[in-house]
Amino acid sequence: MKKTFGYLILLALALAAPFVVYPVLLMKLLCFALFASAFNLILGYGGLLSFGHAAFFGGAAYFTGHALKAWGLPTELGILAGTAGAGLLGLAIGLLAIRRQGIYFAMITLAMAQMAYFFFISAPFTGGENGLQGVPRGMALGMFDLSNDRTMYFFVLAICLGGFLLIARAVHSPFGQVLGAIRDNEDRARSLGYDIERYKLLAFVLSATLAGLAGATKTVVFQLASLSDAHWHMSGEVVLMTLLGGLGTIAGPAVGASIIIALQNYLASGPFAAWVPVVLGVIFVTCVLSFRRGVVGELRAFIRRSF
Amino acid sequence: MLTDLLGFPPQVLFGQLLLGLINGAFYAVLSLGLAVIFGLLNIVNFAHGALYMLGAFATLGLTQYLGIGYWGALILAPVIVGAIGILAERVLLRRLAGIDHLYGLLLTFGMALVIEGVFVKIFGASGIPYAAPSQLQGGVNLGFMFLPWYRGWVVVASLAVCLATWYLFERTKIGAYLRAGTENPRLLQAFGVNVPLLTTLAYGYGVGLAAFAGVLAAPITQVNPMMGSNLIIVVFAVVVIGGMGSIMGAIITGMSMGVIEGLTKVFWPEASSTVIFLVMAIVLVLRPAGLFGKTA
Repeated sequence: MKKTFGYLILLALALAAPFVVYPVLLMKLLCFALFASAFNLILGYGGLLSFGHAAFFGGAAYFTGHALKAWGLPTELGILAGTAGAGLLGLAIGLLAIRRQGIYFAMITLAMAQMAYFFFISAPFTGGENGLQGVPRGMALGMFDLSNDRTMYFFVLAICLGGFLLIARAVHSPFGQVLGAIRDNEDRARSLGYDIERYKLLAFVLSATLAGLAGATKTVVFQLASLSDAHWHMSGEVVLMTLLGGLGTIAGPAVGASIIIALQNYLASGPFAAWVPVVLGVIFVTCVLSFRRGVVGELRAFIRRSF
Repeated sequence: MLTDLLGFPPQVLFGQLLLGLINGAFYAVLSLGLAVIFGLLNIVNFAHGALYMLGAFATLGLTQYLGIGYWGALILAPVIVGAIGILAERVLLRRLAGIDHLYGLLLTFGMALVIEGVFVKIFGASGIPYAAPSQLQGGVNLGFMFLPWYRGWVVVASLAVCLATWYLFERTKIGAYLRAGTENPRLLQAFGVNVPLLTTLAYGYGVGLAAFAGVLAAPITQVNPMMGSNLIIVVFAVVVIGGMGSIMGAIITGMSMGVIEGLTKVFWPEASSTVIFLVMAIVLVLRPAGLFGKTA
């Protein structure tokens, strides 16, 4: 009851926000919140550190950009095409990466994503260093003009809410429970008869697909797909967002993404613009050393202690 | 000649082969350092590329501000950067003992961001040229190719350091301690060996190896704040291919990956930047533990 009430307040805030805050910033925030939540599915709930999620985010950005710009697909289909492309990429990389565990998994995903990055540099449809610019936003459902930022915002909000709901559903489903069991004790889960490779692969593909949904949506918002979307810096950023917000918590990644995006936005206009990577690095080190539960995790622990 | 039959002038083939050997030497030295660090700290040192870059900048700084030439830097730069590594191990990495290995990767990733970010801010993203020492300028014509002295020196020096490391680990008393520390640190501690000190030294040594590669690279690639950031990803792929279990395995895998990359540049240039990742994918399918890896 209390929870439903809380969600309703959040929804009301999300609906009112574009009338107070610049909608493009809000859309960026939503996309990265979805990206980080999708990533959390594999790291927080699956215990697998992927250092290659930029390939799915950036890959979907390119696929959607190409589908909208060159093929002239309707916006929804373009986003779907990009998301499906990211899912396939996730299947290919996932099949290789789940053959190893732990730090090897991280190194393999990083290397495969770097390979995808080199592909995007040289592939004819990505526009090389310039990226895909001027991707048309088009119409939603054939009747809402998305060139209006506020209309676009509600479109993005609907997509991201759908993504969040899917993630929350997956986490709380029997599938999510088995995933948690594999994270906590792989051998035990195997001895109970679970086909852990299949669970891991499914989680990885789901995570990649939703990361792709975030990247595809981002392309429509900014009308741009570029190499920085697929660069390993992006993979690092999404790790940081998730870690800062709280691994394995539902709200954590969104909170972490909001903090990082707000911070980048704030620093970008000031004298510290060039220091952004250093600031992110310092936050990284601080998080790992003394803040491993993240904002939401610490908050939860604090509430449990106090009440 | 065979090479003419294949349609490539021998100069091109052997030139790329030499470049491949040089890259392979860097892969070998860097993945060796990663293996040493991983053995005792159970950490994949993401900062390895940044520390390699620090080695090159230390060379530049020693030459420009202190008038210590290349040969002095070859010894001093690894010592200085190794000392920085030891400090980082004591202040930062030490505090991660006993928690999930993934945090070590994340911590060193953060360190790499900080180090590279600071250097980009100070020196900009473009490279600073550094001249090879006067003794190694020029080269010799071998008939089938032209061999610049410096490039030959890089291969020889890297191999020497790799083999010295192998000797240190496999044939000396301290190497026996180090291997024992990799196998079972608590038992080793029970025998009265100072394992924390050993761990710190191992990190310093691994970092020193990265810096040594950085010194060797300075006259070849120019000194650039981001020179290590893409390299480290390739080295990770090399480590996945070879597995981190064996010193000799790291050396052989590193060298051969460099050669394969060089040959790919001749026969299939478009794939040269991704061939190592392709090999990694194939190895993962055929032999998931890596060529020299123990099953883990």
